[in-house]
Amino acid sequence: MQGSDVRYQMTGGEIRLPLATGTPDAERGRKLLVSRDSNCILCHAAPETGERFFGNLAPPLSGVGKRLNAAQMRARIVDPLYFNPQSIMPAYYRIEGLNRVAETYRGKPVLNAEQIEDVIAYLLTLQ
Amino acid sequence: MKSANRAKRWVYPFTRSLVQSFTIALLLLAGLGSTRAAELATRPNPLKSGIEFVSDEIRALQQDDFSSPAMLWATRGEKLWNEAAGASGKSCASCHQDARASMKGVSANYPKVDPGTARLTNLEGRINQCRAQNQQAEPLRYESEELLALTAYVGNQSRGLPVKVAIDTQNRRNFERGKDIFYTRMGQINLACTHCHDRNFGRKLLNDTISQGHGNPYPAYRLEWQTVGSLHRRLRACFFGVRAELPPAGSQDLLDLELFLAWRSQGLKVETPGVRR
Ligand code: HEC
Ligand code: HEC
Repeated sequence: MQGSDVRYQMTGGEIRLPLATGTPDAERGRKLLVSRDSNCILCHAAPETGERFFGNLAPPLSGVGKRLNAAQMRARIVDPLYFNPQSIMPAYYRIEGLNRVAETYRGKPVLNAEQIEDVIAYLLTLQ
Repeated sequence: MKSANRAKRWVYPFTRSLVQSFTIALLLLAGLGSTRAAELATRPNPLKSGIEFVSDEIRALQQDDFSSPAMLWATRGEKLWNEAAGASGKSCASCHQDARASMKGVSANYPKVDPGTARLTNLEGRINQCRAQNQQAEPLRYESEELLALTAYVGNQSRGLPVKVAIDTQNRRNFERGKDIFYTRMGQINLACTHCHDRNFGRKLLNDTISQGHGNPYPAYRLEWQTVGSLHRRLRACFFGVRAELPPAGSQDLLDLELFLAWRSQGLKVETPGVRR
């Protein structure tokens, strides 16, 4: 099961190795960014996705591919609390230490390993 | 195959654990203990009703009783107030006469500890208690049209008066529990009420402008519902949003939270029945 297999190594604010072995797909990543599953645009603006409405609780993702490399992005998506204990960004690859999780989501990360790699592949195109 | 692969790559995140232990040590030194208990309950400053975060159109709807869709419920409630119910053959008016006088200011002080049962009771609960004890009628289902209508009508008699709840020995445990829920991260999304309603009010969560999360307009008409709903219904929507277990309407969790929210919104005016997006 994907759910119980959530492992990574954080080193100096980076997760260097991909979480999944397959070839990531930027187009799948774009769809995920705007989907209900991941809800990135609830908080982040990303006009490149073709969507028109975004939240503004977080910095826009435009140009994020220039600011961060894949390892840094991975670290921020997997564990934002590592960088900022007060962060409001959900940890997309976390299953432990959570409270009152609804039964359907228990033991599962918000996104699985393949999905996170797809999202990173798309973010890298935001130059 | 894949998982064996991952297992090999996985190394204990040593750096991180060092950082964490260090932070925890610092917190302990500072006498704060756990991050949860460290939160001191505060009211947002400046205190703003949710009506300040909605569009002009919605504000206009709330301000005009003739166009407010919510007022239909208050009007229905007025009818129910005067209708006999249950084995007693009594109406609310049989005991309380004119609600405009007898119910004025009542909802502004709810939720309250009921002296008989020593339990925290909100307005919905109080209305049902009157039905059971004084009218000898069936309690009304939470979120039923009748209970919403009566609550909207009784609440409407306090419109414009400031919310005021005293925290004392009787309700302090409820208050502490409500406060604890408000500041504790929850759900798969792992956010607490405070993250949205203290730190990010005025900002946009996709199409919604986040307010300070006050209960003063409830029961309220929400355009997204196309009907009037209770505060507990709205609170459940917030639990749902962070993918947390949904406490049932009328449950202890939501009552305790309602008390904390009332304390936190103290001084704001009751807007029942309000209108929201
Ligand atoms: C509930 C709000 C919220 C959601 C949902 C959210 N984020 Fe974030 N994100 C933030 C905030 C706030 C920051 C700023 C850093 C911080 O406070 O943690 C941030 C920072 C980032 C950064 C670093 C940006 C930079 O320029 O340094 C990346 C990359 C990122 N988010 C990607 C994502 C992706 C991808 C998703 C969806 C899979 C997502 N975020 C969902 C709130 C959110
Ligand atoms: C991820 C963000 C988020 C979290 C976390 C959250 N809410 Fe909300 N809440 C909203 C949004 C968006 C709305 C709808 C817009 C508004 O009225 O603020 C809302 C509405 C409300 C309202 C209605 C306000 C009104 O004027 O109609 C209350 C009360 C409320 N929330 C309380 C809470 C409580 C208590 C919690 C924790 C149990 C909580 N919220 C958690 C985003 C959130």
